[in-house]
Amino acid sequence: MNAGAKNRERRILDAQMMNRSMRRIAHEILEQNQGSEALLVVGIQTRGVNLAQRLVGYIKEIEGVRVPTGKLDITLYRDDLRHTPVQPIVRSTDLPPDVTGKRIILVDDVLFTGRTIRAALDALIDFGRPDRIMLAVLVDRGHREFPIRADFAGKTLSTKKEEKVVVRIKEVDGTDGVWIEPSSQ
Amino acid sequence: MQFNRKHLLGLEELTAEEIRMILDTAVPFKEISERQIKKVPVLRGKTIINLFFEPSTRTRISFEFAEKRLSADTIHVGVSQSSVVKGETLVDMARNLEAMRIDMVVIRHPASGAPAFLAERIDSNVINAGDGWHEHPTQGLLDMLTLRDEFGKLKGLKVVIVGDVVHSRVARSNIWGLKKMGAKVGVCGPPTLVPRSLEAMGVEIYPRIEDVLAEADAINVLRIQLERMQSNMFPSLGEYNRLYGISTEKLEKAGRDVLILHPGPMNRGVEIDSDVADGDYQVILKQVTNGVAVRMAVLFLLAGGKPARAAEVAATLE
Amino acid sequence: MNRLLIRGGHLVDPRNKVDEKLDILLAEGKVAEIGKSLSPGRGTKVLEAEGKMVVPGLIDMHVHLREPGREDEEKVASGCLAAAAGGFTAVAAMPNTDPVTDNQAAIGYIIREAIRAGYSRVYPIGAITKNIKGESLAEMGGMIDAGAVAFTDDGHCVASAEIMRKALTYSLIFNVPVVQHCEDSTLAENGVMNEGIVATRLGLPGIPAESEEVIVYRDCTLARLTGARFHVAHISCARSVEVVRRFKAEGVKVTAEVTPHHFCLTEEAVEGYNTNAKMAPPLRTKADVKAVRKGLAEGTIDCIASDHAPHHYDEKETAFANAPNGVIGLETSFPISYTELVKDGVLDFSTLIKRMSAAPGEILNLPGGSLGKGDSADVAVLDINTEWVIDKNKFYSKSRNTPFHGRKVTGRAVATVVGGKIVWQL
Repeated sequence: MNAGAKNRERRILDAQMMNRSMRRIAHEILEQNQGSEALLVVGIQTRGVNLAQRLVGYIKEIEGVRVPTGKLDITLYRDDLRHTPVQPIVRSTDLPPDVTGKRIILVDDVLFTGRTIRAALDALIDFGRPDRIMLAVLVDRGHREFPIRADFAGKTLSTKKEEKVVVRIKEVDGTDGVWIEPSSQ
Repeated sequence: MQFNRKHLLGLEELTAEEIRMILDTAVPFKEISERQIKKVPVLRGKTIINLFFEPSTRTRISFEFAEKRLSADTIHVGVSQSSVVKGETLVDMARNLEAMRIDMVVIRHPASGAPAFLAERIDSNVINAGDGWHEHPTQGLLDMLTLRDEFGKLKGLKVVIVGDVVHSRVARSNIWGLKKMGAKVGVCGPPTLVPRSLEAMGVEIYPRIEDVLAEADAINVLRIQLERMQSNMFPSLGEYNRLYGISTEKLEKAGRDVLILHPGPMNRGVEIDSDVADGDYQVILKQVTNGVAVRMAVLFLLAGGKPARAAEVAATLE
Repeated sequence: MNRLLIRGGHLVDPRNKVDEKLDILLAEGKVAEIGKSLSPGRGTKVLEAEGKMVVPGLIDMHVHLREPGREDEEKVASGCLAAAAGGFTAVAAMPNTDPVTDNQAAIGYIIREAIRAGYSRVYPIGAITKNIKGESLAEMGGMIDAGAVAFTDDGHCVASAEIMRKALTYSLIFNVPVVQHCEDSTLAENGVMNEGIVATRLGLPGIPAESEEVIVYRDCTLARLTGARFHVAHISCARSVEVVRRFKAEGVKVTAEVTPHHFCLTEEAVEGYNTNAKMAPPLRTKADVKAVRKGLAEGTIDCIASDHAPHHYDEKETAFANAPNGVIGLETSFPISYTELVKDGVLDFSTLIKRMSAAPGEILNLPGGSLGKGDSADVAVLDINTEWVIDKNKFYSKSRNTPFHGRKVTGRAVATVVGGKIVWQL
């Protein structure tokens, strides 16, 4: 990314706001599920995995219980593989052998068209029959193409479709926060 | 990085980066075979034909599992040698396949170069599942994945291929692949089966198995075919076993750990003794497991790797 | 009545040591007069050859015309037209036809077909053994009576030293050469290309150069033993050339030919499983190419022959090991030879013409290869200045199996005259 592009970015959430949102989501999850019983927090590769780890950390702080986590790579379930100009990288999926009876919190950084979540739901179904699947995202930026909504959202943004929402996470990008980048055109 | 190949014909033509990409991609694919529902939809709607002009059990099953676990529609066509009309079959087969609008062809053929021949004449992706003495790239890849799993790296490893090297496509794919990944490669076997011209491929020739066992990190033991004895490449299977067979006795004499690979099917008591084949230092079944993952990775990468078409689509997006 | 004046060209006739700008007048199928600024008399046709080379018609002593048996690949007529388009006024036809040309009637058939076609002359070579089986001698006398000029089992090597000795001994009656396809088939085994690094890499069974050398050596000793004339067909490797050199120095009656592909291509042409680089003997190494070129320059190798071996296009459309051996060469032989040998300084132009005309004519006791007064009016007019690109689709041959398609070359025939008649003109 060159300096010019960075200058045009608009910051929406700083580190503090971002973590406050995540902590609130942790509270809401516990509230809605009446505790941490049968919870399984599954992050979607790649940044969803880091966010899932944080959520689990906050849940531990609040409830004193370490809920199990999993990783899910949805590349092999995408509906745009034959249209994508870039070769997608397949990353690891790591879930308990059976998710039957679990209450799954699916975690991703940005909810946009809903296609990623559609793929993730298909993938999860292949691992068993969970009791319930809920969706937690840091940013919901609208423009849904599927009948999918977030159960927990850190921030709801109204964006232009051609804009880009960039989530940065310390573990991956060295800093926390959310930015909006105007379309490159 | 982008996997820009349309076909997998051999490891000679691949770069180290491409080989690494296939091996890296194979790693997450291993997990799919551990699931209860061993299937992902990534190749849904793709038609793959497995065209086997030579009998094969292992490679054929491995490819079929890989294809099915990726949700492709597959058809196996076994063409018996007797029905191969010299010269005509391959061209006619290519035209017929074209007419059936298939997406990928996995081909095994007794003639070196047959997959390349097919690739030049059809639009589908072509995957070489073994051609003559030339190459068996997916076997080379699964051997490398197994070695990498065991040693954590390929660079600097000393791997020696033992047996009938001259007639072996497994040997050639291993030599190309391992050399590209920075391993040191040697070959060992009776001089009738290990021609000196192999040195020009950058491998070291060991006349004696004892020297191999004293130096190598891993040995890849090739299957010895009975017909080689019949054509006087060596006097008898017993003598072969005496001089080159991998036995506990020879391993103990070497007094060090050597990892043992075998592409299968094994001739117990010829190139490998049973106690070695079932022993602690062999990874033969891990090779089989890795075979499915590597083939899934290859199928996946080739299916997504159509640069011309991708560019076209990219232009229409956004 | 039938008079033709070839005017303004540069006449090169190695046998008569002519190499200057001269006109040549042909009358009644013979060379009538050679001189400066000849004037055409009444009714004389004139062929302008200003800036061109005028040479004795080229002779290719190793051509497969495929008739009878494989008329889909070539016919006597199409092969003769291809020969004329290549500057050849005479070709020797190989006997591995179907049925095999191993008897008087078969020889006669080919000669009649050639006369009917009316392009280049055809001199059939008869089989050494019945049905090219290497077992019992064919009726050489009958074939000689019908017009055969030599004997060979080409495509196969006469494996038995005993049969080869007898063939050589018997040939003494007729004073014709016995032509051997030198290859020990037990050493060549199932090989499909030269044994070496390229074969190892491609996973193809190899044929060692020694499989040729041992037969060249064996048959040279048999030629010495019998005093007969022995000719090595399509020599391909350095050691064989060395053997021929040695036996020639001893005075043994051995001659040899080399093909354009063997003096200009190496085993590397097989890369990519190119079936148009598959032939017997196989393409060898750089060192072998160097050695056969040297052999040509010093005369150890007497002549250039194309081993024109037509195959129908779909026969070569297959996996390398399954493809038939051989490439066509009549229409590329002179351009390749001129470009690779004369332009590269291996031979001077006059020596090239000797290797492609006088020498093969002498080996087969043919009337051509010379343009002295009274000689046959067989002439080739050659352009040695124009650069052009070989296009297999423009060949007169019925087949297209050439390794030289798309190659840029210099030199080609512009007119071919047989018996005083222009049979082909560019």
